[in-house]
This record gives sequence, structure tokens and C-alpha cells, in this order.
Amino acid sequence: MNNIVIRVENLGKQYRIGTATNSYRTLRDGIVEGFSRLIHRQGKPVERKSSSNLIWALQDISFEVPRGKVLGIVGRNGAGKSTLLKILSRVTEPTLGQAEIHGRVGSLLEVGTGFHPELTGRENIYLNGAILGMKRSEIERKYAEIVDFSEVEQFIDTPVKRYSSGMYLRLAFAVAAHLEPEILVVDEVLAVGDAEFQRKCMGKMSDVAQAGRTVLFVSHNMSAILRLTEETIVLDKGRLVYSAPTPQAVDYYMAAGFTGAGERLWQPEEVPAEAAPFYPLVLRLRDHRGQVADTIRSTESFSLEIDYDLAQPITGLRVGVYLLTMRGEYVFTSFDTDDPQAFEQYGTRPAGRYRSRCEIPADLLNEGRYVLAVNASSFRIKRYFWDDHALAFSVDGAGAPGKHWPEPRLGPVRPALAWKIIEI
Amino acid sequence: MTTRPSSRSREEILLLRPTRGLAALNLRDLWVYRELVYFLTWRDLKVRYKQTALGAAWAVIQPVIQMVIYTLLFGGVAQFSSEGVPYPIFNFAALLPWGLFAKALGDAGRSLVNNRNMITKVYFPRLVIPVSSVLGGLVDFGIAFLVFIAITVYYHFAPSAGFDFVFRPAMLILPLFILLALVTALGVSLWFSAMNVTYRDVGHILPFLTQVWFFITPIVYSSSEVAEKWRMVYALNPMTGVVEGFRWALLGTQATPGPVLLVSTIVALALLVSGLFYFRNMERSFADEI
Repeated sequence: MNNIVIRVENLGKQYRIGTATNSYRTLRDGIVEGFSRLIHRQGKPVERKSSSNLIWALQDISFEVPRGKVLGIVGRNGAGKSTLLKILSRVTEPTLGQAEIHGRVGSLLEVGTGFHPELTGRENIYLNGAILGMKRSEIERKYAEIVDFSEVEQFIDTPVKRYSSGMYLRLAFAVAAHLEPEILVVDEVLAVGDAEFQRKCMGKMSDVAQAGRTVLFVSHNMSAILRLTEETIVLDKGRLVYSAPTPQAVDYYMAAGFTGAGERLWQPEEVPAEAAPFYPLVLRLRDHRGQVADTIRSTESFSLEIDYDLAQPITGLRVGVYLLTMRGEYVFTSFDTDDPQAFEQYGTRPAGRYRSRCEIPADLLNEGRYVLAVNASSFRIKRYFWDDHALAFSVDGAGAPGKHWPEPRLGPVRPALAWKIIEI
Repeated sequence: MTTRPSSRSREEILLLRPTRGLAALNLRDLWVYRELVYFLTWRDLKVRYKQTALGAAWAVIQPVIQMVIYTLLFGGVAQFSSEGVPYPIFNFAALLPWGLFAKALGDAGRSLVNNRNMITKVYFPRLVIPVSSVLGGLVDFGIAFLVFIAITVYYHFAPSAGFDFVFRPAMLILPLFILLALVTALGVSLWFSAMNVTYRDVGHILPFLTQVWFFITPIVYSSSEVAEKWRMVYALNPMTGVVEGFRWALLGTQATPGPVLLVSTIVALALLVSGLFYFRNMERSFADEI
């Protein structure tokens, strides 16, 4: 037998999309279709509604994963990563193609699945374990270890509805992490929890990988991808566009696939339905002369602007950006209502079209390539919209402090500091 | 080719691809996940009476109140015949399997949709959900059965009613009728729960359907009231066979169920098998449509 544990061939998945009002098929639709299918016997069952309502979430995906390999999967929101994982973990069926899986698949698609708020921590461990496919004896054997890992021992007989979100998450992850499948599918679980807990999760993940199990790891966190995976595939608009050893794939992903020229336009279909009533239009980067630019100079200020529509008034809205390095480390976060006065003035932002604009001072960024992520949210209420790779741009270091030494400077910032040298 | 530990050659190879035509039932998968059935049943029971003042007493109160109402209304006001047995016992013997069935019917609409977050996140045989929800009804059935025994004990010490409970060998067949009730309940539950995923209309039909079904089943009246020529049509309702069987086994009022039971059993089995196939076929799109 060969050593491939996952073989995916021409996998495709088609979804029917619809607006909220007609997303449920009614019985009448079914009956009408049933009859018309009886009358037109040759009619193919696939064409249920007009094809404009059908989209391919995945198309023509083929790859193989050898035993013991940790494969990274990256892609923008809506690139099809989750759909791929859902197919591989048998939650949904492919529309075309096939996937061959050798061994048990455990998924951490979302931790805490099936947790019931009224049940105690102990009860939920058993229930959740069973849902994830563990045998009762297996859960009993690992029970102490799970409780220990979760650090909620004191509250283990308290209903989880009284848990803090951190405790809830730790317990949920603890159960999932003690599942011992041959293939582990992980999606973004590391994005939550405090730093200490994240460190623990990462440790658990590398243990799994070191134990010779195969891991599929989806993340937006490039440093996590770089640390944990050897090979990475890049998905874009449902297609596999790149497959290479991780460092190359990350470079490709961070550099490519962004609409060039310092501008990112959002097509209506790229905006998820949950974003309503917030509709992003465009993010632009302008150099100090006001030209839309892909490269700006370290020694000159530049500005960025986000245009968006609000279909309804939103209370407490903040629209802003995260600036990240190519490796996915955050440089800074800034929102348009960071100023308390602005926050007061725009307590409730009425419906309409807006532009949030800000100036980024000169002598801030080191040379290199950066990524802007966009976030529109109301604090503790709702995150309307989030695009973690909205736009990439370059910073040119010409004329920056220390440029007379031809060496790369460490760190993402390159401030011009007023050094004084005095003899003492 | 290298040699590998033999344990690896035993590992399962799973082929994921679009199913075409009728999906195989794959009941073995359900067996593998039998512990999940147990845990979900246990969860539903555990959660059902949380934060209620009376707790599990509700499982007793509900059927008793039902019985009292029907006794007053149909036994008292309408003077329905109860085949020489005190009306409360006559009625309660039928309410036992009906409770099991009605719960399955009521839960069917909701069970899959309520567990939506599990269905869209994790793989497990979806059959686990309706199966555990029907089995959960078995516990209520058990409690109601204790109530039934209590009522018969009451009549034993209050002989003014002219009824005393005697042991009959037919009672030993009761488990078979319970099984028939389960088969019917599961069959109906499979159909409606799967249908509800795509057609939320089901949620609106069910309460109404339950009511109609209640009256076409001999619960408040005796099936002997039904004209002879309609008996076979009447038997198409599998609950008729179940209720007649219960009364026959427990009270001995009914004649030994013959053709009626046969027809009901066939219909019940047909419901279950067709329900299984329908469910398995709809199952492919559950995660996408729910």
C-alpha cells in the first residue's frame, strides 16, 4: 500500500445561493418540480433553478497528502477553505470528483460543537466526545487529562452556561484536542483565547504532528502556518492556485492575488450576507501627492481611505484597519472613531455612503511589503465585516534613516529618531 | 514497496464522492455510533426538565391530566363505550403508546433543525438524531406505564368500579406492541424530520396532523365503533393496530387482533423502510440546506 492518506481528485462543490427570503424551498416548489420532472422525463435533476443562483465554491481541486505531513491551507475569505474541510470531514458531499481518505478524520472545525449550556462541564465532556466520535471508554480514559488541560477543574460540575467565554473555550478545545484521529482537520481555532491558551493549543498541534499524524491546518495567521506546516496550498475563488513548500507558498499568497495598484474593490458577491447593513466598496492607498499608489516611500506620509455604504443606521460603528507584515504579525490597529470626540459625534451613524480617511505619518514603516486588513464592527455587539487581506503594498526605503548602510533593518517600523551625540 | 505494520493494512479507506441514485442505508454506521444515540437521548432527558419547579413529575402529570380530561369529556359527557372497563383504564391503555408516537411526531419537525450546529460542523450518521429522539420517548413511556400500574392498583382496592386486573398470558406479548409503536413512530419521524430540513412547512402541518391522527386512532373511543366494512381501511393507520394490541394485551377487551394488526404492521414497516430511504437520500444535502 502506498503512503498517501488523503488523495483529492477534481473535487468540486456547487452551492445554491439565494437571498434570505427565498432560501427555504417550500413544499409548493417541491411539488411543482416533482410534476415537471415527471412530465419532462429527460430533465436532469441538477438544474433545479436558474443557473445564476448556483455558484461553485470549489472547482477542480486535486492534491495529495502523505502520512505524517502537516499541510497548510490558505486563502482569502470565501476562497473555499471551509468548504474543502467540510467535504474532507464528511459534513457535506462533493458535487463532483472524489476524495480518498485513509483513516479516521477528526475535525476541529469549530470547537464546542454540541455543547449544551444547561449541562455541566463533566457532562459536556462526555457528550462532546461522543459527538466527535470518541468511544465512551476512550473518554473515560482521557477524562483526567482533558480536565487538566482545560484548567476548569473547580467548575467541572457547574453548568457551562455559567462559564466565562474563556473557560468554555478551553474546555471545548481540551475535548477536541484529545481526540486521536489519524487525520486532524483544524480551522482557525487558534484565533481565539488568550495568549497563554494559544501557546498551549499550538503545542498540542505540534504534538499531534510529531506523533506522525496527518494534519490539515487552515489559518489566516501566516506565522502559525510557517511554524507548523511544511507544505501549503493556496486557494483562490474555489480553485487551487498554488501548491509549494510553505515559505514559498506564503510568499506567493501574501504577494499575489491582491488587486494591484493600491486599490481593493469589493464586488457585491464578495461581501458575505452577515455584513448587512454594512457594505464595503473600496479601500485605497494614496501617496502624499494624492495619487493611488501601490508603493509608497518610507520618508513620505501617505493616506488610506475606505468607502462604504450603510443600508441602515449603525450604533457604535467603528471602521478601521490592521496593518500586518507579510509574515502576518500585527504592526498596528486603528479605527476611525478612536478619537473620543469622533466616537461621540458618530454614536449612531445614519444610513448613507461614507468615506473614512486617515493620514499615516512619514518615517513610520520600514521598507518591505505590508498587508492591510479591514474591520468594521460595533464593539462587543457585532463584527459586520472583516477582510484580513484586503490590500498589500510596498514601502520603499529610499532616503530613510540609516540607508547608507546596505543592510536590511530589523523590525517593521523605521522611525527617524533625533539622535544627539555628545561627549561626556 | 515496503512492509508496514499490519495494523495499518486494516485501516479504513473512505471514498468521498457524490452519491447518485438511491443512497445505501448503511445501518452499520449507525451501530458504530450507538454511543452517540445513548448520549443524545440522555442529553435530551437531562435538559428537558432543567429549571422546572416540578422536574420529572411532568412526565406523570401530563398523561394523567390528559386522561382526566378525556374521561370527563368522552367517558362522562359523551358516554363513549369503554368495553366494560372503567373508562380511565380503557383510555390510559391507549394513551401509553400514543404518547410515544405523539412525542416522536412533535419532535420530528424540530430535531434536525435544533441540532443544526452539529450537523453543519461534524460528521456522524444523521439517523442518530431522530433515533435518539424517538428512544427518548421510551423513558416517558416507562414513567407513564408506572402510572398505569398505579391506576390498576387503585381499582384493585376500590372494587366498587367492578374491575380488577388479572394477569393474562397475552401481556407477555406487550413488548412486541411497544416495538410496533416504536417502528411507527420512527418511520413517521424519519419522514417529517428530513422533510423539515428543506420544507419548513412541516412545522406548520405537524400540530394539525397530530390532532387529526389522534382522532383517527381509537384512543377516546373503541375501535368496535367503526363500521365493519371500514375496518381494513381504518387499519391502514398503524396506530390502530398498536392501540388495539395494547388493549388486547393489557385489558383483554379487544378480540385477539388478527387482520387489523397484520395490515397495521405492514404499513408500519413500510413507513419505516421508506422513511429510512427518504432520510438517507435527503441526508446528503442536510448540511447545505439546513
